[in-house]
Amino acid sequence: MKLLVCISKTPDTTSKIAFTNGNSEFDTTGIQYIMNPYDEWYALVRAIELKEAAGGSVTVINVGPATNDQTIRKALAIGADDAIRVNAEPKSSMFVAKQIAEQAKAGGYDMVFLGKETIDYNGSEIGAMVAEYLDQPYISYATKLEATGNQATVERDIEGGIETVNLSTPFVLSAAKGLAEQRIPNLRGIMMAIRKPMNVVEPVGANDPAVTVSFELPPAKTGVKLVDPENMGELVRLLKEEAKII
Amino acid sequence: MVLVYAESPGGQLKKAAFEAITYGKKVADLLGVDCAAITLGTNVADAGQLGKYGASKVYNIGSANLDGFDSQLYTKAIADAAGQLGATTVILSHTSTGKSLCGRLAVRMDAGSVSGASGLPTNDGSFKVTKGVFSGKAVATYEINTENKVISLMGNALKPEDTGAEVGVDALGIEVGASALTTAQSKQSGEMVPLPEAELVVSAGRGLKGPENWGMIEELAGILGATTACSRPVADTGWRPHHEHVGQTGVAIRPNLYIAIAISGAIQHLAGVNSSKVIVVINKDPEAPFFKAADYGVVGDAFEVVPRLIEAFKSST
Repeated sequence: MKLLVCISKTPDTTSKIAFTNGNSEFDTTGIQYIMNPYDEWYALVRAIELKEAAGGSVTVINVGPATNDQTIRKALAIGADDAIRVNAEPKSSMFVAKQIAEQAKAGGYDMVFLGKETIDYNGSEIGAMVAEYLDQPYISYATKLEATGNQATVERDIEGGIETVNLSTPFVLSAAKGLAEQRIPNLRGIMMAIRKPMNVVEPVGANDPAVTVSFELPPAKTGVKLVDPENMGELVRLLKEEAKII
Repeated sequence: MVLVYAESPGGQLKKAAFEAITYGKKVADLLGVDCAAITLGTNVADAGQLGKYGASKVYNIGSANLDGFDSQLYTKAIADAAGQLGATTVILSHTSTGKSLCGRLAVRMDAGSVSGASGLPTNDGSFKVTKGVFSGKAVATYEINTENKVISLMGNALKPEDTGAEVGVDALGIEVGASALTTAQSKQSGEMVPLPEAELVVSAGRGLKGPENWGMIEELAGILGATTACSRPVADTGWRPHHEHVGQTGVAIRPNLYIAIAISGAIQHLAGVNSSKVIVVINKDPEAPFFKAADYGVVGDAFEVVPRLIEAFKSST
């Protein structure tokens, strides 16, 4: 099975979020970066498991500058075979999706994996965009994936339930919790990653039809109003009369 | 024209559809155009009532091939309908379905898209719309610079406004191919409103010590008509089913009321719930970080406070 996994670099979950340049840009000062957890823990690991079971290869792809190489090496250390980095500073989801789709078309993959969303822009768009560029099915929020030959069964989270989908490769899949368990790269993996091929390619032309122009922080909570634990009638009153939500 | 895709899982229009129409009508007013709704599949019940929320026309593509969800077929159907009707803006709900369609439709329609919009757009020279980013820690304004636009609307971002009258439903003659997928669905949440749609959520954490103590959580939720949820460790240890897990890796929610019982409020948990309108925290540890994100706090033992809260709700209704 020939598998492609899209990985993104995101600020660590615990990062303090701030903006600069008149609130038009994310302030990267002091930010620690990680591989987007849904890409790493679920999409990448499940792809590696399928390769280990059935043979084939796992390629990871990232659209970003050379400073992303460390994140890409981590994916190789976890068990991907090779990597593609599209050398660009992306400004929009559409740009990223177009780059991934170009490489995916050229590579002819059986499945394209990515996380259900990135923890920075929370868009959940790239998988759907790549699938449309490739004219392939897209199964989002996958919590389970079994594949034999060119047949796959996927379970995905839907509101209040689970949907089971049977389909043939090729397809695009976004990964949610449950698809796999996080793997920590071992020393052997880290050493091997140094010698695995990383192909840097230049981007193809693409539009940025929707871009961020400004950011703001939500209004700070004005402080918690403490209610006497003996007097829950007061809490009920506050929720009804002050907050007016019940 | 603004075209709103009104989701009808199992043939039933959901709250998300009425929110999307209400939003679509406001976008249409902003752009000075009409707002129409489209439903997909056979046997959509009461589609005409979408008119009450602002749709001047309701269309249906009544192909049985659209009765199961397939993002490829749905995208083509909605894009074809938009083309036929001359709609340049498409509004979706930010659900498991809408999220699978938003980017896809944007590519097909050559549109700029914003997925998970939380605010109404503005259109003073350029078209801008806001959405939550960094897992609710900030709000970003996006500019869409294409004529065609696709927006998926975050759940609970606005209240459905029932101000108009029912309209008739027109069938649209659009050819739909057969799906390459076979799909089946199973329900998990019982009779409760599914978490992503819930307006009231009662959630509990490891501080409850064991699954046998969830009776009072379910009772409290039952009285309020709320949906139950839990923190990650509770789901990971199997005390509660995984679909109840709210937080960064679980379900992200934005209810009107989130009651967090015996949950300390780790940053990964907050990332999934910090967009809730009102947060009540019940915890015996006054230093629990969750109190910093709370509107109302009760410092006390859940095993004493929750039964009292249940009684207080009972005697208030």
